[in-house]
Order: sequence, then C-alpha cells, then structure tokens
Amino acid sequence: MNWNEIPGFVEVKSAHGETTVVVERERIRDACSYARDELGFNFLADIVATDYLHWGGKGVSGYIGTASGRDLNLPMTQGLQVQPQPKPWRFSVSYHLLALREGAPRVRLQVWLEDGEPVPSVISVWPTADWHERELFDLMGIRFEGHPNLVRILLEDDWEGHPLRKDYPIGGEPVRFSDAE
Amino acid sequence: MTIAPERTAIYEGSRIPKRVPTILDVPPELVATDDILQVNFGPNHPSTHGVLRLIVDLDGEQVVGVDAVIGYLHTGFEKNMEQKTWWKAITYPERIDYVGYQNNELTFVLAIEKLLAIAIPEKAIWMRMLLCELNRIHSHLVYLGTSALELGAISMFWYTFREREMILDLSEMVAGARMHTRYFQVGGLAEDIPSGFFPECRTFVEWMPKALDDYLGLLDRNQIWLERTKGIGLLSADDAIALGQSGPIARASGIDWDLRRDDPYLAYDRVDFKVPVYPGGDVYDRYRVRMDEMAESTRIVRQCLDKLERLEGKPWIADDRKVVLPPREELHTSMESLIHHFKIVTEGYRVPEGEVYVAVESPRGESGCYVVSDGGPRPWRVHFRAPSFVALEATATCMHDALIADMVAVIGSLDAVMGDTDR
Repeated sequence: MNWNEIPGFVEVKSAHGETTVVVERERIRDACSYARDELGFNFLADIVATDYLHWGGKGVSGYIGTASGRDLNLPMTQGLQVQPQPKPWRFSVSYHLLALREGAPRVRLQVWLEDGEPVPSVISVWPTADWHERELFDLMGIRFEGHPNLVRILLEDDWEGHPLRKDYPIGGEPVRFSDAE
Repeated sequence: MTIAPERTAIYEGSRIPKRVPTILDVPPELVATDDILQVNFGPNHPSTHGVLRLIVDLDGEQVVGVDAVIGYLHTGFEKNMEQKTWWKAITYPERIDYVGYQNNELTFVLAIEKLLAIAIPEKAIWMRMLLCELNRIHSHLVYLGTSALELGAISMFWYTFREREMILDLSEMVAGARMHTRYFQVGGLAEDIPSGFFPECRTFVEWMPKALDDYLGLLDRNQIWLERTKGIGLLSADDAIALGQSGPIARASGIDWDLRRDDPYLAYDRVDFKVPVYPGGDVYDRYRVRMDEMAESTRIVRQCLDKLERLEGKPWIADDRKVVLPPREELHTSMESLIHHFKIVTEGYRVPEGEVYVAVESPRGESGCYVVSDGGPRPWRVHFRAPSFVALEATATCMHDALIADMVAVIGSLDAVMGDTDR
C-alpha cells in the first residue's frame, strides 16, 4: 500500500508485523479521511495516547507518593539492560484503523506532540472518536481541537491532574483537613 | 395463532445525533413547550447492568433526549498495570471485563507473546480456545438471563444460571478458581489439564444444545418477548461502523465480520464454525445472534475436546527458562532452575522494546490491547480497547423514537459490562 500519499505523511515504520504511519499533528484529520475514503480503512478501532516522559530513564514507571512529595520507588526499580530508542516528543497519539474486508488489514496512524499542543479531533470522520478523545483528555490531558464536548468522562469533573501521565504521583492521595492546614 | 408482531424496518440514512454523536438532544420545539421531564436513570438501578447512569429527557413516555454518563466504576487498571511486572499484570485484564474474563486475559497474554515472539505449544493453543469459547457461552448466558429478567421473564434467569454454573465448575476444575482464573501464562498454560476435565466437559457439550432449545422454547414463541424486542433499538450497518460497533451488535446489523474468521488467531482457522449474521439491527436480532453464537461455540468446544484428548501427555507451556517458571520438582535438584524461578518471581522477565496492538473477538466484540514496552520488566503503557465502552456510544442512536420501557431492552441488548466500560 502506498502510504506516502497520506496527507501530512512523515514516515512509515514496520515492527512486530504491524505498520505504523507517522503523520503531522495538524493534518491528522485529513490523514484519517484519506485513510477511510481512499485506502478503505473504514473502522476506527481505538485511539490511545502514551506519555514518554523520562523514557529510558531509571525507575520511571515507579513514582510513588510520600509525605514529602514524590520519590522513586527504589526497591522495585531496575535499570534497563539496553537503552530504548529515544522518542522525539513527549506524547504519542495512535489511531488504530481496521479495514472490514478480506485479510483484515490494520494500520496505526501516529502523531507526536508536546504537552499543551492540540490535536485536531476526528469526530467528523468517525463519530466513535467522541468518547475515545474524551478519555484521552481526561486521563492524559491531551486537547482535541474541534471536539464539541471535551469534558472529563471517567473521572469526576473537578478532578485535578491527568492520572495516566508519568509525572502523576501514585500511592499518595490528597488528605483534606490535615493538621498542616 | 399469530404471535409475531409487525416489525419496524431498519431506517435509511444516518441517525447518529449531529451535535455530539453520543448525546441525543431534545428537539428545540419540545424545549419550548416546557413540558420535558428530566430523569436520572441510574447509576444505582438494577436494570442498568451495574453503574451506568442515563440522563433521560421524557415527553410523556417518549424518550426525547439521552446522555449516557459513565465512570462510576473507574479503578485505574491501566495505571496500576504500569506498576506491576508483566506476569503480575496478567491478573488485571480479567477483572476489567469480569464477564468475558478469559478473552480479556487472552488479549493481554497474546500481546506480551507478540513482543516476546515466543511460540506456544499446540496443547495450550487448543485449551485457550476451548476456555475462550466456554467463556463466550458464559457471557452470553449472563446476557440472556439478565436481559430477559429485566423484561419480566424471571424464569430465564434461573435456567441460564444453571448452565453458567456448569461452566464455572469446569473453570474451577481446570484452574482452581471459578472466575478470573489466571490460567493463561505467557508461553502457554499455568497447569496441565486435569484428566477428569474431559468427561465433565463432554457432558456439558452434550447438555448445552438441549438447554438452548429450552431457551428458544421459552422466549422465541413468547409474545411479550417478541413485542418488546422486535423493531426496538434500531441501528443500521453504516451507523454501526461509524460508531465503531463490533461483535454481536455489528452482526445483528448485517455486518458480516468476525475476527475469529476474518483475522484468525489461536487455531480458529482450523475449526469449523459459522458466523451468524442478521439484518434487522434491533434488540431481537442481537438476541438471535447471541443464541446462534452459543450453539457455534458449543461446536468449537467439541472440536477442541477431540483435539485435546489426542494431545494428552504433551507439554502445556513453552520451554523457555527466561520467561516461563521452571517445573516445580526441578527446584529441589537444579540450582539454575532455582535461580530462574527466583529471578522471574522477584524481578520479572524483560520484554523487548516495542508497541503492539492485539485484538481478539471477545463476547462483546473487538477486545483490543495496546502495549508499549521499554525493554524492562514492567509495561510502559497498557491500554484496553473496551468493546463495552464503544457499545455504550451507540446508546443515543439506538434510543431514537424509544419509549422509556424500551430503554431497558436496548441497554440489555448492548450488553455492556461496566467494569469494561470504565476500567
């Protein structure tokens, strides 16, 4: 398949039998319409974001909340035997597309962004993107431009922070009416 | 005697709400009448299948506006799994979709195996398939029992839970746990299949078609059931694809798609089964798809049994000491085995760097798992494509022209598990 024709095409990667097409963040909506109308990927299975903050660092996946703030979770932390490939930006947003036809071809469209940069919403291409985008906004703090109803979906409306980010403290929980106040 | 009521045909065009695809807005001319009653349906209501909350706008009995609110069962599984080693994280996916647990576990294990590029023995492949199909029957039985119960057919619930009990007993025999078995290990199965399992499972396979006949007799010639389900909760094929619907919901809208046949995993290309497809797009056709699927799953289980009986005595897990726990008896005699055991249990095995997305056909549709590894002993990111989450996106579209009593039928037919929805 000719991936270079996709609007905003940056590069195409193939690993573990899966194809990843990286596209420019601003053109993801055009890329999705193109994939749906011209390449026949008519089914949006999933949208998922990943936070690569401190990727390849030591013990990043083990922040733990302590009384004095955050600390590395030392007992369970091991260094990596091999440094992973560095990532160009902090967040990736992946769109898993599927074509409902013979052979069930799949492709992953991927955009990269820094904290605070908006991604165009693809609701106009696939209505199913509605809740997926709200979930990513809620848990990862990614803004989708043009989403008609971008509010929290899983957490309550007044929740602070975005839990799936790597700098979100775990293990601790804010205590109301503590002695310190 | 005519018992089949007149059926509303599937609509033309699209019914997905224009402003927000998942919210049915009250038409402006009705807002002006100032006669709309807003009702909170749930989150604590027995027929919302858990903690689904619907904010419903009513004009008399007519539903004119729906907004589904979820998140009451959000427990942060995905964040939790990032803190666990790979093999400890396997316990989590089962608890996400707690009715289709075996299929969810399979998704995650297959994703790890894809990154590890490890080959699993034949026996494990067939046993996984057998358990996933038993689990599919289990899930559809829970669907059938509860959604019939909600429409007033209480006795259905007792019958379906009788058969469900047989499946749970089989699970207990194999894995020691009735639900959430954690029987799938990376590389194969956690234990060998007990020899007493085969005759017991055969008994179930012989029994199940009779039970299905019973269900059909109870429901399919029941006028109340037919009138409450036919032509209700319509969803056209185009709308279903646009809303990302998969599994029985899509197949009841006439979409001939099943990952087991179209994108085979395990050994689904080596068993014989049919994919039921119905064109009606209503609650009744979703029920028929699931009924047929139970019959087909029973056939698959029978073929798996035939195969597994010939594989008795064969290994059930791959022999890869970096990933798989060594056999228990070796720990007393072999120092290397003891070291491997210790390392895998404390530190965990390392999974090569990469990102994969694996999808299987769970009882609710495409259940996907996206996994990122940085090469360490813990997942960097785990995400589940939850079919229930997506199914509930179709609530607003299906609720078009519904009465308040139809709402219960529609939610039941979407068969959303709230654990799966909220994760």
